Amino acid sequence: MTATESLPPAAQVAQAQRRESISWNLRLVVFACNWCSYAGADTAGVSRIQYEPYFRIIRVMCSGRIQPDFVLRAFEKGADGVLMSGCHFGDCHYVFGNRRAVEQFEKIKRVLRLLGIEEQRLRLEWISAAEGARFARIINEFTDQIRRLGPSLLAGKRNPYAGSPHSG
Amino acid sequence: MQDLLTAVRESRAWACYDCGKCTAACPIARIGGSLSPRRHVLKANSGQQKEILQNGTLFSCLTCRMCDQRCPATVAYTDLIQKLRALAFRGGVEPECPHGGALQSLMRMMAKGETHQDRLRWLSPDLKSDPEKGEVFYWTGCNVYYDAFFSDFPVATLKGTKAAVGLMNKLGVVPVVSADERCCGHDLLWNGDRKHFELLAQHNVKLLEASGAQTLVTSCAECLRTWKIDYEPFFSSKPPRMLHISEFLAEHLQELKNLLETRSRRREEADSPSTPDGNIDLFTSTAAPSPQVRTGSALESKTPTSVTFQDPCRLGRHLGIYDPPRQVLSVLPGIKLAEMRNRAGAALCCAGGTWSNCDRFAKQIQVERLREARATGASVLVTACPKCQIHFRCAMKDPRLRGETEIEMKDVSEVVAEAIAQAFEKQVRESCE
Ligand code: SF4
Ligand code: SF4
Ligand code: FES
Repeated sequence: MTATESLPPAAQVAQAQRRESISWNLRLVVFACNWCSYAGADTAGVSRIQYEPYFRIIRVMCSGRIQPDFVLRAFEKGADGVLMSGCHFGDCHYVFGNRRAVEQFEKIKRVLRLLGIEEQRLRLEWISAAEGARFARIINEFTDQIRRLGPSLLAGKRNPYAGSPHSG
Repeated sequence: MQDLLTAVRESRAWACYDCGKCTAACPIARIGGSLSPRRHVLKANSGQQKEILQNGTLFSCLTCRMCDQRCPATVAYTDLIQKLRALAFRGGVEPECPHGGALQSLMRMMAKGETHQDRLRWLSPDLKSDPEKGEVFYWTGCNVYYDAFFSDFPVATLKGTKAAVGLMNKLGVVPVVSADERCCGHDLLWNGDRKHFELLAQHNVKLLEASGAQTLVTSCAECLRTWKIDYEPFFSSKPPRMLHISEFLAEHLQELKNLLETRSRRREEADSPSTPDGNIDLFTSTAAPSPQVRTGSALESKTPTSVTFQDPCRLGRHLGIYDPPRQVLSVLPGIKLAEMRNRAGAALCCAGGTWSNCDRFAKQIQVERLREARATGASVLVTACPKCQIHFRCAMKDPRLRGETEIEMKDVSEVVAEAIAQAFEKQVRESCE
């Protein structure tokens, strides 16, 4: 059940109306670790894979560096979704950084739930440097998922990029 | 400039005669921080706004009010700092927030208020409350967020919240507990972010007014200070009474006693006024804690549990509430209050209040305070503010200090609720014998 479905009907209607009023420019924030996922994104590019372009990638040294405030700030500023990504277990260049990322992920999810932001807007994925195709697939999937959810309720009312393919 | 002038006028900074008592009293300055409230006051008086905002100590102040209390010219330094920070924030100077500002982000998201919070999951069916209207409004504060965010400490401030609602029910009150509550904005206000603070204040005041409540009760000392002092201009009519849960319980002291009496049958009135150890200095004597501590009765099988009490700076020095929590603790059978060396007005604060100054000085103050608590021999450190609990629990995590600083922490309401439950258990046990 999504966060919206668990709401009282009046609130559901209000939220739907609010979503309608947002002229939407889908924006995802992707945190990628320097050693695997960022290189994975690079591989996707070098291999000339076509995929959804509505994300901004932010490189961090390790997924363990992705602190709750990074993700919360992104949502505060109106991001529609946040993807945390790093090396597969056992591959982290700082040994247990991605285990830490899992802890942070769980913590952030708990807080998002309290705030009333759908948990599906946050995702954690392991992508290695070789997995360019996987990177592209995850971005496509995630973009679709967010498109189905609609704009984040914290997304700004004014749209600086009018005429985007998602504004209609 | 006009704003600095207003700040100087309203905080009475102009009355300063440069005696330096404020800096001498300041816990940060005492342990080597470069913060000097006196210098801030003087610079404000001479209109050196730029120097103040750039000198880097603007956000080191804990806003603990130790200085205000000692100023012979009654300068309200904390009021001045609140206004100076708002000026700084407007000019783009922000505090270096611990946790990267995650908590401030949460507050700002609540201030935007577009989402539907899920903040009442802890409200179990045995707790009676009303979602919208009633005589008494129980203000929960952000404990639910803290418990989720600091789950690894572990922080359990919701236990106090639940206990408080349970106690209110026992005293015949069904409070309003609202899911539309938002952060009171205390920390944003003290960080200088007036804009988001005002959004929160407007929402919350409207919520309270719509509930028709005549009284607001809260377990959080910071929320109470914000409601009582900082929200005042936002009310369209006369604000309702605002009480800390310890004041509420103290007002119902007789009923509380009855609750404990009927529960523990034939309990002897073995009142032995214990002389508080340590010396009460000039600054604590304004609100001397009542030394009446009832030790356990003859029926009590266990020796009384010794507890000590942390005066939150917001409750004590900011609002002058020292006695009620002590009165409440003193009527509990099996609980003995052992005061710390610095208590009431002289109590060290938890040093982390506004999420803007977690540094080595704050840490040192916390460790010092925990050592004081341990020195009383008490097994539980009782507090009346969830923030104290968070910051002290954090300080206890230092592995090098294990065994020196660790002490169990509980909220006042938790201790009271447990005492009532124990009394009840004992009664059941006795009636079975
Ligand atoms: S409020 Fe407390 S920390 Fe701030 S200057 Fe005064 S004594 Fe120091
Ligand atoms: S204690 Fe009061 S009068 Fe003395 S320096 Fe500080 S603000 Fe000025
Ligand atoms: S280095 Fe990639 S997750 Fe740690």
